[in-house]
Amino acid sequence: MVQTLNYLKESASQTAGPYVHIGLAPGAAGFDIYATELGRDITGPNAKGNRITVTGTVTDGTGAPVKDVLIEVWQANAAGIYPGKGEVEDGFRGWGRVVPDFESGKFSFETVKPGQVMGRNGRAMAPHLNLWLVSRGINIGLNTRMYFGDESDANEKDPVLNLVEQAHRRETLIARADGDSYHFDICLQGDGETVFFDV
Amino acid sequence: MTTAELYQRDREWHPPALTQDYKTSVARSPRFALLSLQNSDSELTGPTFGHSDFAPLDNDLIRNYAQSGDPIGERIIVHGRVLDENGRPVPNTLVEVWQANAGGRYRHKKDSYLAPIDPNFGGCGRTLTDDQGNYVFRTVKPGAYPWRNWVNNWRPAHIHVSVFGTAFAQRLITQMYFEGDPLIAKCPIVKSIPDQRAIDQLVAALDLNATTPLDSIAYKFDIVLRGHRSTFFENRPEGN
Repeated sequence: MVQTLNYLKESASQTAGPYVHIGLAPGAAGFDIYATELGRDITGPNAKGNRITVTGTVTDGTGAPVKDVLIEVWQANAAGIYPGKGEVEDGFRGWGRVVPDFESGKFSFETVKPGQVMGRNGRAMAPHLNLWLVSRGINIGLNTRMYFGDESDANEKDPVLNLVEQAHRRETLIARADGDSYHFDICLQGDGETVFFDV
Repeated sequence: MTTAELYQRDREWHPPALTQDYKTSVARSPRFALLSLQNSDSELTGPTFGHSDFAPLDNDLIRNYAQSGDPIGERIIVHGRVLDENGRPVPNTLVEVWQANAGGRYRHKKDSYLAPIDPNFGGCGRTLTDDQGNYVFRTVKPGAYPWRNWVNNWRPAHIHVSVFGTAFAQRLITQMYFEGDPLIAKCPIVKSIPDQRAIDQLVAALDLNATTPLDSIAYKFDIVLRGHRSTFFENRPEGN
């Protein structure tokens, strides 16, 4: 016999289900209930930096769009500072929720391009958005990142991208740049499957 | 300023991505292994919320969408604490819930179950935990409902729960079930969880001490988020 460690166990995840929008984005479910719906505005009005638009589609293993997905975004500001780690612009939350169009499955959101953030061991990470996907059929939320196609130099040095053993799979984490617009498709399974992280 | 890293998530405790009996997971589960990432600020920071984000009725589902009276159903209080794996309370963290009405119907444009919409019930609520990690909601008990998986699948009564913690890597969505429900043991979504103890941890206990006598019955549901490591000896301070 030994002593017991007495740690608690993390509550097990369960799918967010098809009606996740009721709880997290009721406007998308078809009704207004809250004076302020959380996650509609990632940056607030005072954020400095480049205003960008990100578009894309999440697809399943058959290639069909995942129309009922909900994506959460977490990012640093243009100076590379996460809220809570230092001073950010008044109203900058750095977090938002993205719901695609229920008919087409296409999503679109606006934010500012984040700056570089210091990673582990003093190695800078290339600008990136942290994404978390939940939906019906996803038993535990999927973590991934979106890097920027116009940051080739920084991306090449990025310690996380370089952890991806197969070089061609790194491309699944890099959005295609077109001026201030970026296109980023997420593939849950199959050819071109996006790299997901166990964080 | 450094933030302590999180304990490794126990992937044998959580449901795997692919669970054949929950059919929708088959085409929505990654086939490649997750890439394990040691925590950086991108994972260890997370959004915060303040009382100005909320209205007074946001955690009262009996009142927050009422148009002409109370919703139909068994009046319940759901309360508990948000804790981490070290047993410490997680204060001031956002807890969001959503659920079907007493008939088992969701207020969602994609739900077409024949049970009626309740005009007085929205079915969602949100609150911040207090400085001891406590939260409380008032609602009606959701009904069980059929869903398309096998021809004859019924979800046990459940409330969806979304919790944040302080780090984006603690983000969690789960479901709360009700003590004594025979449908729990039959549900392919519940059974996506491989460990019976992990299932038991999602079943809220009837809590007669927390009822409002002659008004509302109560269930207690504690939620546990990943814990932070303690750093006893620091070999690589630059890596923390």
